[in-house]
Amino acid sequence: MEAAIAAHGLRKRFGSFDAVQGIDLVVKHGEVLGFLGPNGAGKSTTMRMITGFLAPTAGTVRICGTDMLDEPLKAKEHMGYLPEGAPCYPDMTVAEFLGFIGAVRGFSGAERARRVDAAVERTNLQGVYHQPIETLSKGFKRRVGLAQAILHDPPVLIMDEPTDGLDPNQKHQVRELIRTMAKDKAIVLSTHILEEVEAVCTRAVIINRGTIVFDGTPQALDGKAPASIAKNRLDHVFRTLTTADTESRR
Amino acid sequence: MSRLTPIVRREFSAYFNTPLAAVFLVMFLFLTGIFTFNVGQLYERGQADLRPFFDFNPWLFLFLVPAISMRLWAEERRIGTIELVTTLPISIRDLVVGKWLAAWAFACVALALTVPIWLTVEYLGEPDRGAILAGYVGSALMAGAFLAIGSALSAVTKNQVVAFVLCAVVCFLLLMAGYPVVLDFLGGWANPGVAEAVASVSLLTHFEPMERGVIDLRDVLFFAAVVAAFLWLNILLIEWKKAD
Repeated sequence: MEAAIAAHGLRKRFGSFDAVQGIDLVVKHGEVLGFLGPNGAGKSTTMRMITGFLAPTAGTVRICGTDMLDEPLKAKEHMGYLPEGAPCYPDMTVAEFLGFIGAVRGFSGAERARRVDAAVERTNLQGVYHQPIETLSKGFKRRVGLAQAILHDPPVLIMDEPTDGLDPNQKHQVRELIRTMAKDKAIVLSTHILEEVEAVCTRAVIINRGTIVFDGTPQALDGKAPASIAKNRLDHVFRTLTTADTESRR
Repeated sequence: MSRLTPIVRREFSAYFNTPLAAVFLVMFLFLTGIFTFNVGQLYERGQADLRPFFDFNPWLFLFLVPAISMRLWAEERRIGTIELVTTLPISIRDLVVGKWLAAWAFACVALALTVPIWLTVEYLGEPDRGAILAGYVGSALMAGAFLAIGSALSAVTKNQVVAFVLCAVVCFLLLMAGYPVVLDFLGGWANPGVAEAVASVSLLTHFEPMERGVIDLRDVLFFAAVVAAFLWLNILLIEWKKAD
């Protein structure tokens, strides 16, 4: 079976700044990959190249075997994407918005209604279904963004900071949702919360200054911390990996 | 083609989801009334035609059409939904064309609401219906061209006010190029070929025959070419600058 996501030699240069300097990433179905790194490390840029929003300066991206640069529309059909901040059209109601996404994704009639209902149920949006999105709280907006991303039950799901800015209950809900979907999908999520990686991810990738500095299981990540440290072990490893590198370059 | 429909629908209803549609329609009809009846003196002229209405139409569009087009892409950029729609399985060409079609449909609705002015001259006399219809076709084409220009320019900014001003300035230049003031000025010293070339890129030069009731295929093609050129520019601008 083809890897769900296969990115090779991804590079992105903005003017004279190398945001991403050669990233290789293969994600299989059933994996939940936590994408970590300090702000400005290139997390969003990498995700934007994988989702086809940004064209890479060099490198290839294949989604379920389809090349993103050669056949972008076909590749995008296999993929659900929650951009950073979960942007939605504020003037539309949840019902209108999800109906619109369903229509653009090529569903119509009863099939569309069924898919919208399923996504609404999974993200617990029934209570605000007919409310304009601009009137919703941050947590609800985020869930609308998630509902939009899973509407077509994609084999590949990419989420940029899905739990950022949510309260602990909402974070818990989103994590539960990710866990229930994890079995048959390839999920990539970026986060700043290291515990989240332990809680939902099967694999952690840390990038710093546009390159991968760690790729392994959350347990392996934990194992890199010295035994003498009892608390916030992941934080310690994260700092070691992402600041030592910075200093050595100076 | 099927993917174009939801885009057109969403964009069209977006006008009515906000007060923009109501404000625009009221302003357009109110100003149209003033220009046609007071400034253009429709009654006093004693002629059953809509020349005063069509004479002022391009100038009214100059300030009102940018208000329709300014949000098309600037708003997507500002709230970040550009990242959402451009990662859906729909091409940028379909997005650009769909948005323009929706805006044009809205402009045509506004034009259709001026039919009572037509009915007025029908009641007062026997106007040349063909000429009036040709005038409406011309106005709709003019609006379409302005909207394509406005849509392309709204793709370069997150700020709707900037998009409005850019569109109004470019449309103004394209209108003025055909105005006697400019042509006389050029005619005074430039070689006649230059004056002719300037006049031929003016939207007004191609609008006037239709206003008088003459639909020339070349004029229609000119407007179609302006629309196509700016929508093509729009696609390029989105492809280059969507992530900025």
